[in-house]
Amino acid sequence: MSNELNILPELIFEISKEGKVGYSFRDIDISDDLIAIDKSKLREDIKDFPELSEVDVVRHYTNVSKLNHSVDSGFYPLGSCTMKYNPKINEKIASLKGLNTHPYSPTDCVQGNLEIIKELEKWLVNITGMHGFTLVPAAGAHGEFAGMMVIRKYLESKGDARKIVLIPDSAHGTNPASAHFAGYDIKEIPSNEDGVLDAKTVKEYLNEDVAALMMTNPNTLGIFEKNIMEIADLLHENGSLLYMDGANMNAFMGIVKPGDIGADVIHLNLHKTFSTPHGGGGPGSGPIGVTKELVQFLPVPLIIEGKDGYSVNYFNDAGIGRIKNFYGNFLVIVKALAYLMALGKENVSKVAEDAVLNANYIREKLKDVLDLPFKSKTLHEVIFSDKDLPVTTLDIAKRLLDYGIHPFTIYFPLIVHGAMMIEPTETESKETIDAFIDVMKKILDEAKKDPEYLKGAPYNTPVRRLDEVLAARKPVLKWINEENEG
Amino acid sequence: MQYFPLTDKQREEIKKEIGIKDIKELFSDIPQEKAWYSLDNLPNALPENELLKRFEDLGDKNTYSDYLSFLGGGAYNHFIPEVVNYLSNRSEFLTPYTPYQPEVSQGSLQAMFEYQTMMAMLTGMDFSNASLYDGGTAAIEGALLALRKSKKNKILVAENLHPEYMEIIYSYVQNLGIEVEQVRYNRETGKVELDELKDKLNSEIGGFVFQSPNYFGVIEESKEISDIVHSEKKAYSVQVVAEALSLPFLTPAGDNGVDIIVGEAQSFGLSLSFGGPYLGFIAAKKEFLRQMPGRLVGQTKDVDGKRGFVLTLSTREQHIKRENATSNICSNQAWCALRAGIHLSTLGKSGLSKISKLNHLNTAYFVKEIEKFDFVNVKYKKDFFNEVVLELKNDNGIEFLEKLKNRKIFAGIPLKWFYKDADNQVLINFTEMHNKADIDLLVKEIGDLK
Amino acid sequence: MGLENLKFTKEHEWVRVEDGIATIGVTDYAQKELGDIVYVELPSVGDSIAKGDACSNIESVKAVSDLYSQLSGEIVEINEGLEDTPENINQSPYDDGWIVKIKISKEEELNEMMDFEQYKLYLAGIEKE
Repeated sequence: MSNELNILPELIFEISKEGKVGYSFRDIDISDDLIAIDKSKLREDIKDFPELSEVDVVRHYTNVSKLNHSVDSGFYPLGSCTMKYNPKINEKIASLKGLNTHPYSPTDCVQGNLEIIKELEKWLVNITGMHGFTLVPAAGAHGEFAGMMVIRKYLESKGDARKIVLIPDSAHGTNPASAHFAGYDIKEIPSNEDGVLDAKTVKEYLNEDVAALMMTNPNTLGIFEKNIMEIADLLHENGSLLYMDGANMNAFMGIVKPGDIGADVIHLNLHKTFSTPHGGGGPGSGPIGVTKELVQFLPVPLIIEGKDGYSVNYFNDAGIGRIKNFYGNFLVIVKALAYLMALGKENVSKVAEDAVLNANYIREKLKDVLDLPFKSKTLHEVIFSDKDLPVTTLDIAKRLLDYGIHPFTIYFPLIVHGAMMIEPTETESKETIDAFIDVMKKILDEAKKDPEYLKGAPYNTPVRRLDEVLAARKPVLKWINEENEG
Repeated sequence: MQYFPLTDKQREEIKKEIGIKDIKELFSDIPQEKAWYSLDNLPNALPENELLKRFEDLGDKNTYSDYLSFLGGGAYNHFIPEVVNYLSNRSEFLTPYTPYQPEVSQGSLQAMFEYQTMMAMLTGMDFSNASLYDGGTAAIEGALLALRKSKKNKILVAENLHPEYMEIIYSYVQNLGIEVEQVRYNRETGKVELDELKDKLNSEIGGFVFQSPNYFGVIEESKEISDIVHSEKKAYSVQVVAEALSLPFLTPAGDNGVDIIVGEAQSFGLSLSFGGPYLGFIAAKKEFLRQMPGRLVGQTKDVDGKRGFVLTLSTREQHIKRENATSNICSNQAWCALRAGIHLSTLGKSGLSKISKLNHLNTAYFVKEIEKFDFVNVKYKKDFFNEVVLELKNDNGIEFLEKLKNRKIFAGIPLKWFYKDADNQVLINFTEMHNKADIDLLVKEIGDLK
Repeated sequence: MGLENLKFTKEHEWVRVEDGIATIGVTDYAQKELGDIVYVELPSVGDSIAKGDACSNIESVKAVSDLYSQLSGEIVEINEGLEDTPENINQSPYDDGWIVKIKISKEEELNEMMDFEQYKLYLAGIEKE
């Protein structure tokens, strides 16, 4: 595909033609005389709104879709994002008519849906060792917020909400942001030369103002926080809690339960570990699990399993209250449950085993050609740096695009210079990974021979490097009909 | 198992390559005394056909579809053209992550840019973001946006805001030092009490959050409200919309002087789905740009001068500003926004006008037909969109709804759930999915209750 | 422009004082470190600030830096042109890229700043690291 000949689809507004119709629906059979609103409140026209035939819409979105790289089109080793394959049967299941009910239906008429929520809660309880779950949070960050609110409520019930949350320097930005919205001040805590938290360091940071430590485990370097139990003990002795960010749960699902190694609150990302498609940015789902002491503080609604079926508790004065409408992103919950039921208990740990095997294979094959900033054992992902390379991480990432491979996560975590964070997941074949390794070596070879060429990559994508400075200096956030201007 | 492409032989090859004998060696950093637990309480793997059957059976346990439903209250049953399902389920849209590499994500980015444009057009605002979680979380984000801009920490909220949205606002502000005060609604008109708004407004107030159409389905006086709010310096009007289909039918918020509009756009191509995933939206005047929460897609050029799109102004967001970000949101509802974009362009200008009008006329038809009974009364007869409150003279709401449920009708939501003085009121919704016969049946069954 | 007449801070800000009014901007070194500047958030005229307060926010595509005032006083003028052309900071850090003017209330705070020669040495020290 030559870039010059590649014509991009126009915007939907640019192909609109007055008078075109793209839908069919019965005609209005009630007289306008019944309109019960002042004319001054009624809208006359939606200026410039699209008018298209059905085939126009189908062609437009089909052509637009082709500009995307996706899991179904190729390797997508975006670190920390767990871009595993999204099983197709789960989409079919989520579209079943029987599950499509109104959220305010009387509970006796939606027993199947309530059972689905409760079933997934049970799976997650068993996998994580936490005592109870809520599936309400809409995404990982939303779960973090809910989890920190729960911690705060619990500490308040003990008489002191405290002020500070400790967050490692390698943490994802949502951690401090979520803790902030739960009313906490953030104190950053350094990791050691092995890339993990030292119990000794944690101890130095502890005082009576510390509410909790938010720990991602394995952390964003892919390294298991091996001091977790010692750290949890220190926290608990200090009256503080351990929040575990489970974004990287794919690394040890079925191997060890966070609840068994000291976590008080954990969030999971159903759109990562539990295979639900990410849809270009969401919807996700970020359930949180908590210990027995914290269950009473979970957000509403709570699903209760009783002798006569399932019921719903909409009000709970002890808890943090409501954080989202209705029951959460229900169809995401459906897909995650379908995934776990397809895996079965016998395959849960196999997910982590193959994911870690694949990541370590990449590490082994590239460690002689790329700098490995931390030598510690890594689990489901591996992080290299661009140290001593004639080009930057960005150049390598952009060149990968030319080879039809989605780049790894770049420049994160911030504590690694030019980080390349590679997470293959368990759903990639050895053939795919071998091909990736070959491409990486080839690119590094190109970088040595002609670094300037790499700085111009990509060459074979629908568009080439985009001017982000222009986008930010002169923001254009919607289409403007130039015919109306001037 | 079909989701694991490695063969046992390849697993052995990899182990050899990385120099281990046992897979457990890779997990040796994990406290071994706690590792390798059993999941015996859980079931075994289900083959695909049995898995589908299991969920079909769960669906059969839901008896919802046996009923004629008039449930609304923030979740609405609307017509969805099949192209919305067909196109949004294309794996190019369904299976990518956030468009971090714009060169291979122009599909998602262009669709988001088009969505932002359509939402700006529908709301009459300068710009829209790329989505929030849902209507309730959008309401609190709108309130926080007004407060950030005003640099104040007190906000007024209309009492007739969706009760769940109200609960969400209270949950969010509890640790942020933000004070919320309610403004009552008029018991005769169902609308915000403007005199009380004037009374409660002062220089400490950063904004007023109100819903229109409000929770009772009544269209508020957005222009008057905004004028009152603007009588105070650095105070902003925040309109909440729980039924996005009202947008094409009513004068746009921007024309009414509203500063920020937020809400739930489930009505644009998302099925009821037991409450999610839905689509939160937020749009505002341009002066709020730097304080906006969530992702924004902007237009730019590539090195060859071609038009392209990128995520932009991301310094507002958590991955850069961390605890000082405008919101903690990262993943949003991108795919739901995609569906909204497809839905809106398929219905187009004429379809949106027609279908939104049909919603109103169906509701108006019910209001006219129910007049013949003197034991029930539509409480707010003017300026409703597609929901009305029915007041019952000799029944309480919950019993009334139970009786109709026995006749295979979900006739609405009991307001008793949320309001102390509304025991005998129910909220009823009519959409284009109801035809005259459905409404006639509801009227007849209500009549039979006398 | 004579850099010799300016005062400098360790945070790479420059200050030019005329008749009790201090004009403040960022140095050439700072603008290079920040990269392409896309937005500058300015305070309001009339705001009073104390030494150490953030009085402006400078954004590049992927980073945000606060401009901390090393002087106490009242904001008397802001460079409104930066709203449309933030790139002036990159192109002309000491002239068109000035950011705010402050009416100084504690003149002694100027004594804590470096002169041009001292700043040059300070930069040389950073580059060695």
